[in-house]
Amino acid sequence: MQVSMTVNGEEVTREIEGRLLLVHFLRDHLRLTGTHWGCDTSNCGTCVVWLDGEPVKSCTVLAAMAGGHEVRTVEGLEQNGELDPVQRGFVECHGLQCGFCTPGMMMTARALLDRNPDPSDTEIREAISGQICRCTGYATIVRSVRWAAAEEAGTRTSLETQATSGSAS
Amino acid sequence: MTAVSENGHRTAFVDNDKKPCGHGRMLRKEDPRFVRGKGRYVDDLDLPGMLHLAILRSPFAHARVLSVDTTLAEAHPKVRLVVTGAMLAEKGLAWMPTLSNDVQAVLATDKVRFQGQEVAFVVAEDRYAARDALELIDVEYEPLDPVIDVRTALSPDAPVIRDDLEGKADNHCFDWETGDEAETEAVFARADVVVTEDIVYPRVHPAPMETCGAVADFDQVDGRLTLWSTTQAPHAHRTLYAIVAGLPEHKIRVISPDIGGGFGNKVPIYPGYVCAIVGSLLTGKPVKWMEDRAENLISTGFARDYVMRGEIAATRDGRILAVRTQVLADHGAFNGTAAPVKYPAGFFGVFTGSYDIEAAHCKMTAVYTNKAPGGVAYACSFRITEAVYLIERIVDCLAYELAMDPVELRMKNFIRPEQFPFRTKTGWVYDSGNYAPTMELAKELAGYDALRAEQAEKRARGELMGIGVSFFTEAVGAGPRKDMDILGLGMADGCELRVHPTGKAVVRLSVQSQGQGHETTFAQIVAEELGIPPQDIDVVHGDTDQTPFGLGTYGSRSTPVSGAAAALVARKVRDKARLIASGMLEVSVADLEWEKGSFHVAGDPEASVTIQAIAMRAHGAGDLPEGVEGGLEAQICYNPENLTYPHGAYICVVDIDPGTAKVTVRRFVAVDDCGTRINPMIIEGQVHGGLTDGVGMALMEMISFDEDGNCLSGSLMDYLIPTSLEVPDWETGFTVTPSPHHPIGAKGVGESATVGSPPAIVNAVVDALKPYGIRHADMPLTPSRVWEAMQGRPTPPI
Repeated sequence: MQVSMTVNGEEVTREIEGRLLLVHFLRDHLRLTGTHWGCDTSNCGTCVVWLDGEPVKSCTVLAAMAGGHEVRTVEGLEQNGELDPVQRGFVECHGLQCGFCTPGMMMTARALLDRNPDPSDTEIREAISGQICRCTGYATIVRSVRWAAAEEAGTRTSLETQATSGSAS
Repeated sequence: MTAVSENGHRTAFVDNDKKPCGHGRMLRKEDPRFVRGKGRYVDDLDLPGMLHLAILRSPFAHARVLSVDTTLAEAHPKVRLVVTGAMLAEKGLAWMPTLSNDVQAVLATDKVRFQGQEVAFVVAEDRYAARDALELIDVEYEPLDPVIDVRTALSPDAPVIRDDLEGKADNHCFDWETGDEAETEAVFARADVVVTEDIVYPRVHPAPMETCGAVADFDQVDGRLTLWSTTQAPHAHRTLYAIVAGLPEHKIRVISPDIGGGFGNKVPIYPGYVCAIVGSLLTGKPVKWMEDRAENLISTGFARDYVMRGEIAATRDGRILAVRTQVLADHGAFNGTAAPVKYPAGFFGVFTGSYDIEAAHCKMTAVYTNKAPGGVAYACSFRITEAVYLIERIVDCLAYELAMDPVELRMKNFIRPEQFPFRTKTGWVYDSGNYAPTMELAKELAGYDALRAEQAEKRARGELMGIGVSFFTEAVGAGPRKDMDILGLGMADGCELRVHPTGKAVVRLSVQSQGQGHETTFAQIVAEELGIPPQDIDVVHGDTDQTPFGLGTYGSRSTPVSGAAAALVARKVRDKARLIASGMLEVSVADLEWEKGSFHVAGDPEASVTIQAIAMRAHGAGDLPEGVEGGLEAQICYNPENLTYPHGAYICVVDIDPGTAKVTVRRFVAVDDCGTRINPMIIEGQVHGGLTDGVGMALMEMISFDEDGNCLSGSLMDYLIPTSLEVPDWETGFTVTPSPHHPIGAKGVGESATVGSPPAIVNAVVDALKPYGIRHADMPLTPSRVWEAMQGRPTPPI
């Protein structure tokens, strides 16, 4: 069957099998490999993309279902050569290690900030709770999203602090 | 060693402008590609003409394979190749060696020995067609009784799993012993107090977000194999492929590109990698194999699975005298443990922990069962997770019996700073440590005394709050080649450094990153030694054609071994730079002083040359001092003198809902001492990740089986991993006790938190349950298991 959709603002049309998952459509057909695949069961969230502005797990959406809709992936976060504040926040606050869950986490974070520009830590944790990160322990992801929120609000003037203490002996 | 008063110092974490030329907080060089979705993982590879491989796996835990009919699969229009065990046997490829000198079936020929074992594979034009064709393969099995319960594996009437091994009449895998049995018995006999506890460390799984996979590309003209694979040890894998597949080693190139987390899961060679190679050999096309999540969970390297009896002997006033343990180890169907050959139980021998005791003894029996192979994975530092869990749990049991505070009991028994280097009763030589300040800092950060007061109040009201403590000593950085090797390959690491004429540099590592940030940390190590900014240093890793030989990234060995290699190779370059500088400044070498980034004449700081100017001179047209070759580069193979021994003190606070028995980790304070700290940001990240693993293992994660050997944890719906809602905002601190034998004093930290956190969490839960008279309950402490404990019926999970 033929499917057409808008991906990161660009109209694409491809001939596909009806059973093709959106994640494989993006990765294998469009070569947008920033969206990852991790579990098949909607548990891990490495495959999160936007469908009409809503984060969805693209491993459980058929490509055909996205026909006529707008899809946005991690590749669409950077605008005019400028990283999105969420992307910068992840870099600044060590919100990633292996980078595999990162695109999905950032897509969810971007959606959260679009509707709630000043989320609390709890709200951030709830927003990303459908996604798994094995490396970071989440605290730096929460900081990253907070960094982005502050950046967008223009309030990131003073240095935030972390609970790291030490002594040398 | 005097304590510098930085206690309570709070560090800024958003210091973007700080660009250290050496050690210090620095943003990661690898991140710009990752946040753009431009990481390069194995599954991102798309080569012209590439085919896709899928593996048919056994539905049975134990069964004879009577026949495999591939006729229908071969007729599928998109299928190019179907391969069975019998076909591999004809080529002598049906079996492969494991990292523990056992053998493992690539594809089953005679029997299947665990659910999920590889039986046949299909190569097709796309990944969906390959999966479709698996359904068309008809396998006739004769089910056999499986061996699932590790405790009955050695019963005389247990079915023999490994009848492929000549003369094998039971399921015994190996015995191992350490310490002095008679001496330990004598100490136990005269002790005031002896506490015994049965402690299970259940089977768990690293479950990295990226599953395992490979792309094999065999060039039939020049006989060259390129293998992109999810491996933590590309060089060791290349050598093993040469041995297994009979391909000449110089014709094999193993590339480990960006890896989506490893945690030990990507150390072994899996049948799937070999299948991909065979697929490419036979089709002449590149072949991709990516396992799915179920395959990852049911068939690849598990971790732990130790059934332990721990015993501790002490005086009534809390002086620990001796520790002993008996361990029954479940190694699954093939002994796929990845550990140095002389250490079949990994580094479990450090089970004496951080304490100065008189005697210790361990007796271990490992058995085969009808479960997936593996055994050393999940950031375990070669079984130190099990060792630390055992000692830290049994010390808490002792505290319970003596009605002593667990911190006080530990402090009373610590190895004292002046005793280092300290030889334990099981023969390990701890390089350095200063335990009390680390424990004190953790207490201070946690507000320990106030927590105990709060707990007393809550107990009086019937609320369940627990405070758990653990103190660990790790042994990482394998290892001295005189007694550490993997299948005969010594555990030393090569490193090469080349400074280009303009003063930029490239350092080539033998270790490979799975997210640890090597491109940043290793640039910083070289920068610290040479004064070349880290931004000017390219780190090359994960490609056997481009990097020197070394054993790979696991067991927290990158910084202790390759980090030392990087520092020393930089010093070699600096030594050569000194010779060139002496010519440039026309003074003798002895008159030169090094200040990061330049040499100057002693007493005349104005007369100086930078490392960049020296690099240009090294490649330039002018004369060099006599006997000095052109160029500015060096290489090294670093053989560590000893392991490094990081330590840490962890305090966990939990609340338990008395109505639902749900455990909430309210706070977690982790104070780590990994010696010299290269990039504190990266260290903190490593610790956070490990603590999260600890919450998973202590409260949620377990690979379980039913009595028929069906794996009940084959998806992330069944195998529960902590999300952002199950973990607190981590509170971390540090002390610094440098390693005396490591060139920069660094110790390694990747696995510390995974090792140290489970006992702190379990100790906290058990502490919360003290009003119920509970001294021990096994992981995972799910609500149902905690509920059982509250009813006085804590049952072991296996």
